[in-house]
Amino acid sequence: MTVPGTESAPASAPVSESVAAPEALRPHAEHAFAGELKALAAADDRPRPERWRLSPWAVATYLLGGTLPDGTVITPKYVGPRRVVEVAVTTLATDRALLLLGVPGTAKTWVSEHLAAAVSGDSTLLVQGTAGTPEEAIRYGWDYARLLAHGPGREALVPGPVMRAMAQGLTARVEELTRIPADVQDTLITILSEKTLPIPELGEEVQAVRGFNLIATANDRDRGVNDLSSALRRRFNTVVLPLPATPEDEVGIVSRRVDQIGRSLDLPSVPDGTDEIRRVVTVFRELRNGVTTDGRTKLKSPSGTLSTAEAISVVTGGLALAAHFGDGVLRAGDVAAGILGAVVRDPAADRLVWQEYLETVVRERDGWKDFYRACREASA
Amino acid sequence: MSRPGAGPGTGPFLLGIRHHGPGSARAVRAALEQCRPAAVLVEGPPEADAIVHLADEEGMRPPVALLAHAADDPGRAAFWPLAEFSPEWVAIRWALARGVPVRFIDLPAAHTLALNGDDGERPTPDPADGASRTDPLAVLAAAAGYDDPELWWEDAVEHRRGADGGDALAPFAALADAMSELRTAFGEGDGSDGARDLVREAHMRLRIRDARRRFGDGIAVVCGAWHVPALAVKRTVTADRQALKGLPKVKAELSWVPWTHRRLSRRSGYGAGIDSPGWYGHLFHAPDRPLERWLTKVARLLRDEDFPVSSAHVIEAVRLAGTLAALRGRPLAGLTETTDAVRAVMCDGSDVPLALVRDRLVVGNVLGEVPDSAPATPLQRDLAGLQRSLRLKPEADARDRELDLRKDTDAARSRLLHRLRLLGVDWGEPVRPRGGTGTFRETWRLSWEPELAVRVAEASAWGTTVRAAATARAESLAAGAATLADVTALAEHCLLAGLPGALPTVMRALADRAALDTDVAHLAKALPALVRSVRYGDVRRTGVAALSEVAEGLAERVFVGLPAACAGLDADAAATMRGLVDEVHQAVALLAPEPAPDEDEAAGTGLRHRWAAVLGVLAGRDGLPGGIRGRAVRLLLDDGLLPGGHAARLMGLALSAGTEPAEAAAWIEGFLGSGGPGGMLLVHDERLLALVDDWLTGVPAGAFAGVLPLLRRTFSSFDQGTRRAVGQQIRRGGPGTGGTPPRGSGAGARLDEERAAAVLPTMRLLLGMTQQSACHRQRGAQR
Repeated sequence: MTVPGTESAPASAPVSESVAAPEALRPHAEHAFAGELKALAAADDRPRPERWRLSPWAVATYLLGGTLPDGTVITPKYVGPRRVVEVAVTTLATDRALLLLGVPGTAKTWVSEHLAAAVSGDSTLLVQGTAGTPEEAIRYGWDYARLLAHGPGREALVPGPVMRAMAQGLTARVEELTRIPADVQDTLITILSEKTLPIPELGEEVQAVRGFNLIATANDRDRGVNDLSSALRRRFNTVVLPLPATPEDEVGIVSRRVDQIGRSLDLPSVPDGTDEIRRVVTVFRELRNGVTTDGRTKLKSPSGTLSTAEAISVVTGGLALAAHFGDGVLRAGDVAAGILGAVVRDPAADRLVWQEYLETVVRERDGWKDFYRACREASA
Repeated sequence: MSRPGAGPGTGPFLLGIRHHGPGSARAVRAALEQCRPAAVLVEGPPEADAIVHLADEEGMRPPVALLAHAADDPGRAAFWPLAEFSPEWVAIRWALARGVPVRFIDLPAAHTLALNGDDGERPTPDPADGASRTDPLAVLAAAAGYDDPELWWEDAVEHRRGADGGDALAPFAALADAMSELRTAFGEGDGSDGARDLVREAHMRLRIRDARRRFGDGIAVVCGAWHVPALAVKRTVTADRQALKGLPKVKAELSWVPWTHRRLSRRSGYGAGIDSPGWYGHLFHAPDRPLERWLTKVARLLRDEDFPVSSAHVIEAVRLAGTLAALRGRPLAGLTETTDAVRAVMCDGSDVPLALVRDRLVVGNVLGEVPDSAPATPLQRDLAGLQRSLRLKPEADARDRELDLRKDTDAARSRLLHRLRLLGVDWGEPVRPRGGTGTFRETWRLSWEPELAVRVAEASAWGTTVRAAATARAESLAAGAATLADVTALAEHCLLAGLPGALPTVMRALADRAALDTDVAHLAKALPALVRSVRYGDVRRTGVAALSEVAEGLAERVFVGLPAACAGLDADAAATMRGLVDEVHQAVALLAPEPAPDEDEAAGTGLRHRWAAVLGVLAGRDGLPGGIRGRAVRLLLDDGLLPGGHAARLMGLALSAGTEPAEAAAWIEGFLGSGGPGGMLLVHDERLLALVDDWLTGVPAGAFAGVLPLLRRTFSSFDQGTRRAVGQQIRRGGPGTGGTPPRGSGAGARLDEERAAAVLPTMRLLLGMTQQSACHRQRGAQR
């Protein structure tokens, strides 16, 4: 069965708009990396599942990076265990829904967006999960003007992102699945097991065509918000995205992302701030793990997650400060305020943790004098 | 010599394998089926030729190991573990089933053991022999584009399902070629292991030559792939003999011992260098569809542990693993893929249940068995017989076992375990029982490690049965014991282990040492263990008459020496001595039970009475540390041996103005004791509280700071209720003034006989007392 009217439906408009908007503040993955995707598609001679733009192998390469036979360099989108990406891609290829779990800032959304872009060429079929997400957001809504004028009918139906993905055999994404109320979550069960979406009002249904799949992300730090029912959980293969294993990995991730964001924001270019980035990453890792890098000193951990994503935003903010208000070089003072903001989430307890860390660890460390002073100033 | 693994009839067929590789095992079986050799030669110690036939016997269940130990030093041992999926095992079984002779061709264990010298725990050959040195496999793997040499071997060799109808020898020929390249590239015999390899290979060549002379050319040789090129080259007999000349030698004894999968895995001491014996075993056994069968096993395991895993999960896991293998370009889903699939589908991405899968399935907890006919020392046989008759099977998994010593079988089990511990075979380890402290209950944690076989062999030197060996060992320990406490501990152990035969010797040692030991502290320390032994002996119905004699003798010596030993001690020593006084007190109570009511007066000569006299001396003698004197008074008071008011008088003396405040504070600490219900005494006996109160208010200001820490330590150990009660009494105007306690505080001035009588029936029930004796006791308590 096909769904008439999806092309003309107003809800599909954002897709065409975004294509026509190269000025977008943050281009979609499929646009930002169009060149790489094209080169991969050209080089890819392996079998592709139906309606996939690339073979699973090429999708994995797209995410993990590599060099194609024709010399095109694919930048790594995800830095972490190869296994994670391979299992994720394979899950999609076996027609199972994929659940990406991890603490905030472990690139769940990032991975899901790039997977959708590489598999379906479209990462916009997105349901953002919130405590107030209604069932309509997952299934379909109604154009009430039309409904009142003409009565129930396909024309009056406004398909949601999941319904469109089903009809066109694309990859749909659900962000923050556990924030969605449990009864709304369970709407997904029929979609994932029967691969149909009934429309009882019309006595019809939409059947998913081959190529349809769903990627959900959820945060396992505050699990229990709306835990998945076991019926739903059974429909997913679960992949846990770990925090970066080594400081080197994390510095790499932060520098790369900062570079990309800086370019897209047209920040004036600032000379290599690797030293400062390394410092930020060290501070984040030490506070997160509750122990210094040399493993000698125990630390209290603040209440925030201190994810890599936050490290990235601290450095980006620092770069902007350096470029616009400073001397164009990323210095300790530029990141200090950002770090303070990221660490001190709970004004009472976290401030204490931070002060303790400053006085016991930072002050003693060789070559961190400027950083210590900057942090003192920022927290004063 | 012919090209390795050439066509049929042109033997010898050199079958290069990876030790414990299921793929190699299958390939070896196919090759043997194809070329039907006249004899099978296997890498292993030639001394084992005599016992190889046991491999085919009914009771033999792998994993097992060939154990070689030096005859005069059983602790020096080497193992050759064989799992069901080991190619060597497959070859041996194939040959035995068809009546084809089997010969081991490696360097004799006599030399290996001698060469290993003290380094007895040298693990047996690594995978593909020599992988540990320059890792030739890593080079091959890298050439094939693999990061992990194990993975490459898996894909290239282990996961190949024998090409049906093809030449079963072809893979061996290819492997041999690859190995010769590697040996050329890396050079042979570098490093210490390398030198050993050259000698071993020389010996193998000699043995192959012998075998060819005897059985003709059609023989098969199963050995590590690394050795194949060396066995194929031509060398003169003299050169090989030369290489073997002058090797050190010991007399070696060989036997089969049970082995475990856990021991095969790399993580443990005598590891055979494989990570996943359970998985290999599965690969070897699964007739078809190994992936599906494996994941079904995993699902079953998780289900048994209450994880909700359905068949649907298995289906999805199979699909994921298969596709993952395709994505990674591997011919078949391996352990990595299945593990990833299990994690993503069945475990919700968590590693916790995965650890369970790893422990139970990937490694596995299989324990092998060896037939009774296997050569064994008489002690081993005796142990096996006991294990059977007591239904106490060795198991690889650690498990707790409760023994009720009132039952005959359990008592016998306990004796066996204690005897084995005495012999250094720590099969069971006593653990604290979960509930109750009854003396008739023991909890053991049992876990049979393959190394224990060596310990049993070592212990064989002591005797031919467990009982005899343990007795001999106990006697020798008694003769060599350094301190008195050691001997008493040994005596206790002998009783637990039920070794009356050893007791006379141990007792003599004990008596000798006690007589010679002039240090009362030592004697006092030894007494409790000894007395415990007497008590346990009762529970276990062992004759302990001799023991209680020794114990009483020891107690007498303590009594005599104690007052003198307590004099002139500094604070620390006094505290230790106070602890000993407590222990001796308990020991005496155990040793000489309270006199029965009808011989009340006759008991005057008993041990208890003498102890009471000693305590009286301690309590009354000036110059002894205050803590000890206070303690002695308290012990006497608790036993009701102080006439009314006597305690108060003694306290008054100790706390009178003439006494140093510090000494007085120590006395109070000793009297009230640290911890326990000592403080209640003050709540209930106003006179005592008044004495303490008077003393405290009379301490001069200058000395108060000195006694404060001691008092604080004493009083802070009382529980909160007691402290509050004491405080309340003081606040009411002091104990002396006799203020009426407020109603409902529960602390009346006198015992309310009526209310107290209400609990007596229950107490009687609890204590199992008859009406009459209860009454008597009641009277006694009031006295």
